[in-house]
Amino acid sequence: MIKHDIVIIGGGPAGLAAAAAAKKAGAQDILILERDGRLGGILNQCIHNGFGLHTFGEELTGPEYAARYIKQVEEMGIPYQLNTMVLHISAEKVITAVSREEGLVRIQAKAVILAMGCRERPRGALNIPGYRPAGIYSAGTAQRLMNMEGYSVGKEVVILGSGDIGLIMARRMTLEGAKVKVVAELMPYSGGLKRNIVQCLDDYGIPLKLSHTVVEIQGKERVTGIVLAKVGADRKPIPGTEEYYSCDTLLLSVGLIPENELTKEMGISMSPVTSGPQVSSQLETSVEGVFACGNVLHVHDLVDYVSEEAALAGENAVEYMTAEHEGEKADPVVLKAENGVRYTVPQFLDVKNMKDKVTVRFRVADVYRDRFISVYYDHKRVVHRKKRVLAPGEMEQIVIKKESLADCPDLKNIIICTEVD
Amino acid sequence: MEVRELICIGCPLGCPLTVTRDGDTIEVKGNTCQKGADYGRKEVVNPTRIVTSTVRVEGGELPLVSVKTASDIPKGKIFQCMEEIRGITVKAPVRIGDVIIKGCAGTEVPVIATKDVKAVG
Amino acid sequence: MKSDYYDVAVIGAGVTGCAVARELSRYSLKVCVLEREEDVCSGTSKANSAIVHGGFDAEPGSLKARFNVEGNRMMGELAEELDFEFKRNGSLVLCFDRNQLPQLENLYNKGLANGVEGLRILTGDEARQMEPNVSDQAEAALYAPSGGIVCPFGLTIALAENACDNGVEFSFLTSVETVKREGEEYEINTSQGKITAACVVNAAGVYADHIHNMVSEEKLHITPRKGEYCLLDKEAGGHVSHTIFQLPGPYGKGVLVTPTVHGNLLTGPTAVDIEDKEGVDTTAQGLAYLQDRAALSVKNLPFRTVITSFAGLRAHEDRDDFVIGEVSDAPGFFDAAGIESPGLTSAPAIGSYLARLIAGKLKAEKKSDWNGKRKGILRPEKLSWEERAKLIQEKPEYGTIICRCEGISEGEIIDAVTRTLGAVSMDGIKRRVRAGMGRCQAGFCTPRTMEILAEKRQIPMEAVCKNGPDSRMLAGRK
Repeated sequence: MIKHDIVIIGGGPAGLAAAAAAKKAGAQDILILERDGRLGGILNQCIHNGFGLHTFGEELTGPEYAARYIKQVEEMGIPYQLNTMVLHISAEKVITAVSREEGLVRIQAKAVILAMGCRERPRGALNIPGYRPAGIYSAGTAQRLMNMEGYSVGKEVVILGSGDIGLIMARRMTLEGAKVKVVAELMPYSGGLKRNIVQCLDDYGIPLKLSHTVVEIQGKERVTGIVLAKVGADRKPIPGTEEYYSCDTLLLSVGLIPENELTKEMGISMSPVTSGPQVSSQLETSVEGVFACGNVLHVHDLVDYVSEEAALAGENAVEYMTAEHEGEKADPVVLKAENGVRYTVPQFLDVKNMKDKVTVRFRVADVYRDRFISVYYDHKRVVHRKKRVLAPGEMEQIVIKKESLADCPDLKNIIICTEVD
Repeated sequence: MEVRELICIGCPLGCPLTVTRDGDTIEVKGNTCQKGADYGRKEVVNPTRIVTSTVRVEGGELPLVSVKTASDIPKGKIFQCMEEIRGITVKAPVRIGDVIIKGCAGTEVPVIATKDVKAVG
Repeated sequence: MKSDYYDVAVIGAGVTGCAVARELSRYSLKVCVLEREEDVCSGTSKANSAIVHGGFDAEPGSLKARFNVEGNRMMGELAEELDFEFKRNGSLVLCFDRNQLPQLENLYNKGLANGVEGLRILTGDEARQMEPNVSDQAEAALYAPSGGIVCPFGLTIALAENACDNGVEFSFLTSVETVKREGEEYEINTSQGKITAACVVNAAGVYADHIHNMVSEEKLHITPRKGEYCLLDKEAGGHVSHTIFQLPGPYGKGVLVTPTVHGNLLTGPTAVDIEDKEGVDTTAQGLAYLQDRAALSVKNLPFRTVITSFAGLRAHEDRDDFVIGEVSDAPGFFDAAGIESPGLTSAPAIGSYLARLIAGKLKAEKKSDWNGKRKGILRPEKLSWEERAKLIQEKPEYGTIICRCEGISEGEIIDAVTRTLGAVSMDGIKRRVRAGMGRCQAGFCTPRTMEILAEKRQIPMEAVCKNGPDSRMLAGRK
């Protein structure tokens, strides 16, 4: 069996940033396993601009953003294997992977960083009634075919879901000569960034229909049309509001799901809300020495935050490798999401080992105006910050300083919630 | 007098802006901060966008290379820029930053590569 | 078609047509199968419950009873010979009301009369002991250990490949326009030209009445009975291990909950008679109904893990039984019509029966070189790590994983396309190796699978279709 100190599963933005940070923190023996033929992950097909404002202070396209990290990884001489699919990871951190070149290999790692990213929610998960013709694509699949392979998936398009990939594809297909007739969104608000709604839809006169869904797919061989209907507060279609749109393509941008098949097989505790593993402030999962970062942990809105989070996972993995692991672990402080906050990442605070500052990321459950974000240390409110607007599509964060915990030795819970006043 | 309804993209707030233009006088209403005023003014006077697309590559490890306009171009020239990009095929290798079109759509703004594509074979 | 004359022309390459073809291939006969779609298993055979029924529902003395029980008995050996997925997982019919106990007993008695082995009536608690997620409302259950589950694609494709390997000719995208008796023979006009055949087998599924009525005055009438299904993620596959039925009603065996041979959980079908023989669209009402009904049988069904829903049509003949055999006013014309449930189970027995009749009529000899064995597509997933490593060393294409969710390698997809009667469409690949059938429903593997198909079939990417020629995946080059 081959041995490596740190094995990183996935060479997308999370895996690359984790590798670079681990190397800087002193790791000697890192290996990145990437299933695609190129490092960079999904960024390779995200050819639009808007990446990197936070990290680099300039607007980059996806491939350019990826290239900055790829360059670092290459300059640092961090080894990686492409076209390599990890089939299984055991709880003892034995990784089984296959590739054409290397065949089937088994690697014993001291620490593992999970950075597998996410996948798109398919049509089936929505149970949209109708036929099952050609011409139904998830937005990301259409994006790959168009931006990586050079094919157009259709000429007349309806998009269900106003997630960012859907919005980006509305513009992309319009620019390539397709007619995007409408974007329908089940919720009364868009899950995408405001900037994308303006620059991808409004710029091209593409209507966004909120509180609408597809109730029927027509066409036996290829899509010939779809029927939209308005939905009520219960998100169920309202009879009599049906509208027909002729089209040859239906793109779905209805959510992303962290890809945690390997994680689950390892027996790692999962969060039902994020569909990612539960992690401590060290981004360590319930299996010691296994860390998670990026979209496999929770779906991010901006890649900049993925890089930041992943760098932390990389550093922590190095720390784990070098630290003494004495038996007893202190009970962690549990982070609780309440009243309009859907989840937090991390879910636990390892007070003893945490860094001076820990960034807690979370999303809210609905669009809220003029609300407060509050943080309670057990019953004591320590943060009360007014926000003009909070939206589920945008990730929020608060920073917890280690020094602020010094006064609360018996702290059990940290509650993060929204408050009206 | 020209009146435009816009949504500010400066932050998640998404303020609904009403921009009134009367000759050289421009008035922005509905904004919460200066960012909104600036955005509203620019959108009316000289709206610009960065255009991104792909160009075919011959002899490369990938069939396409992604490209962008090196800076924003007038919004009204987006489709002309796309038309020019569509007509082009480049030979591998291509490096990030390589100029693909010197000046697109009658502007000085070049179209540049945003991906490295190695030559093969 | 290669020739204009055949001893036997089989109309329809569903499970019944392919079973007949495979059995006919034992004999020195020139046989063709005419299929209007681009692939085998494209109609009723592709969208059903995938169940090998015990055989206790059918009326004693009916053809359904006879062929069901016989087909069930044949399935195990056939699965060995033809290398397709089959599992005898046993089935339970639940009864929720003490007042309906006589109906359950009636089912038990019918089973005995039909020759079903091992039937037992269990109390609700006994059923829950066997299957912990059975509803607390279940008062009693009929247990049939001989019930099983099968991959309907696997079965049909295996039959077809083996028939083809033994000399049967398959002609796809060939719809039958007219069948006419000319002297002792039949003249068949198809979309691909005219052929003559001494015997015709009508295995045309929901269209079997049309075909039959072209040659006979004793008319058949088939109603397409739509059944909608939800397929759940493998995460839910272990929710039950047996096939769970409810007491049958006038429209069939009701909504069932069953594991599939591939480890998913399947629920369905609804039963609605429709007019449109192509009406395989799902409906909001249907999907809601089946979820409600399934929830009566099994506790805590995780419907949030649905990965796809689909609908199929059963070919229901007015007389409510299979129509099998030579048509009295059309000698040489053999029906396999009205093949609704338990048609999948019965197919091997129907095939064997009809082939013997036809061979007798044509006085055909058995071939000496017939080979009834067929090897399925190699599944690296089933190998040990060591065996798999060795395989990839020899054949590197098994080292590239294309479909992440189902773990399907390039080698398997290439095999699916290049083998006997290989896949010509994306759906064809999916049915052969399950690429794209997993939880992401082809989101990731579509582009790569299309490339392999285009390359191996030597067609441009733009010509790749989901199924038939009008189902192109792409609109063109950008």
